[in-house]
Amino acid sequence: MDILRAEKLCISFGGLAAVKNVSFRVPQHKIVSLIGPNGAGKTTVFNIITGFYQADSGSVELSGKIINHVSPEKRISLGMARTFQNVRIFRQMTVLENVLIGHRRHIRYSVLSGLLHNRAWRTAEAQAREECCGILEQIGLLEDRDTVCGNLAYGKQKKLEIARALASRPKLLLLDEPAAGLNPQETQELSAFICTLPSDELSVLLIEHDMSMVMNISDYIYVVNQGEQLAEGLPETVKRNQDVIDAYIGKGGVRRFAEG
Amino acid sequence: MRMILNRKRVFLILLLLGLIALPFAGLSNYMIRVLVNCLLYSVLALSLNMFSGICGQISLGHIGFFCIGAYTSALMALRLGAPFVVCFLFAGLLAGLAAFLIGIPALRLSGGYLAIITLSFSEIIRLVILNWVSFTRGPMGLPSIPPITLFGIRFASNIPYYFFMLVFCILVVILMRHIINSSFGRDLRAIRDDEIAAEAMGINCYWNKVTVFSCAALVAGLAGSVYAHCMRFIDPSSFKTDVSFLVLSMVVLGGMGSIAGSITAAVVLTILPELLRGFDDFRMLFYGLALIIMMLLRIIRPETVRRWTAPVRRALSPRRTVDGSEV
Repeated sequence: MDILRAEKLCISFGGLAAVKNVSFRVPQHKIVSLIGPNGAGKTTVFNIITGFYQADSGSVELSGKIINHVSPEKRISLGMARTFQNVRIFRQMTVLENVLIGHRRHIRYSVLSGLLHNRAWRTAEAQAREECCGILEQIGLLEDRDTVCGNLAYGKQKKLEIARALASRPKLLLLDEPAAGLNPQETQELSAFICTLPSDELSVLLIEHDMSMVMNISDYIYVVNQGEQLAEGLPETVKRNQDVIDAYIGKGGVRRFAEG
Repeated sequence: MRMILNRKRVFLILLLLGLIALPFAGLSNYMIRVLVNCLLYSVLALSLNMFSGICGQISLGHIGFFCIGAYTSALMALRLGAPFVVCFLFAGLLAGLAAFLIGIPALRLSGGYLAIITLSFSEIIRLVILNWVSFTRGPMGLPSIPPITLFGIRFASNIPYYFFMLVFCILVVILMRHIINSSFGRDLRAIRDDEIAAEAMGINCYWNKVTVFSCAALVAGLAGSVYAHCMRFIDPSSFKTDVSFLVLSMVVLGGMGSIAGSITAAVVLTILPELLRGFDDFRMLFYGLALIIMMLLRIIRPETVRRWTAPVRRALSPRRTVDGSEV
């Protein structure tokens, strides 16, 4: 079954068609990537999926339910969590608090408990902290949990954003250029981590520039260029697709591209 | 939980004892009134800090809700002869309700727009009270408001007001600390840091802002009620917008989001003009100069300020458990 299905998405800004008829699907427990050169409309597609933009036409289905008109803040409770291309963390809060925000819909206590800090508050908070610390450990940020996260190195901020999204226990994790701004080693670590994510409950939609990362970890790839769908297929097929190569590096760049 | 006599706890106990002993230390009636004002401003600054410091929204109209609280309480006591507890609660509720209704349209905006619209609303509140002469006596003000009577005790001097406000202020501090460390408080801080990310995490920014705006106004309204019964005379000129600016400067000077900071700044900025009374006409000039110097000191030499305020901040900062995480 597909966890996410996007059908014929179109959107234009002031007459400029930014996305035209883009369709794709994310099957369960798979990593699907959406790639394309600069200005291809990847992030626009991403923003339509996450509800920050409204598509002019087309539909977005999550687990078989059309969610076109669901507002962004409600999508997380449907099991969709995202990260941002330019890191958007809560800079004055600690690392653990950031992850707790991601976990917030699973932290249940009444307003009164929150005011009085009674037993219900203590147990709920302790449980939440435990789960969030588990996620931080998984991603390798446990020692930094009490650091105010504006002071973290950029690579760690990127990781923190993923940890925060994971804390909401999503069915679908949407990653917007997780490798942007990372050095090759950090990218490799991150790829290894993302590879471990897909499970029965979790699928990943990845938007990425970094070809080596995309080719290594994707189960399936969609290519967009200038707002239109260019190609799709397994990494091996896409790598050799002449249209894709032309779009990325102009004609004649086959060898460098394939070497990724 | 075991009671441990660490430095922080000792400091807190000494501070509390000092605050209890303070009015009996040979202070004149006037000085105690200044202390009551310090506490009133502390409560106002703390409530605005909830909205501006914790949630990151700017309001220049906080005095409007203080005004609603004061007038509600005074009118209920004078016209209906209602007991203080009822006046007090209604003052808070009505101020909170007003903030809720104002917040619904106003909090669609943020930043400078929000500052201007809250300023306008507080002026509207003041002008309505000023011109509704048949109900509020307008510029003539409301004289002879009865003093607080609580559990059969009539508050005859300033000392009981001092203790009432002390308890009120401590309660506000405790509740505010609890809110900051609950799910709701975290949501508010997330909104302050990044609204788009907060929304992506499932936080309804708009309703959270409306809620915290109403809560802050509710506390300001309660403080207004105490103010009316303590002053025993109120008129619209006491609720001009410069008080809003003063309260906002307390929040900024004390540090956005800092509880100890808000209280310290409120005390300093309330006592300072009293100390400067000797300068007569030049009083406000020196006051302004002092404010500028303090602001600059805070920005240019924050570590100096941090060193001076270290004991207070340590005492009021959130508890830490064994593993170092905040509780």
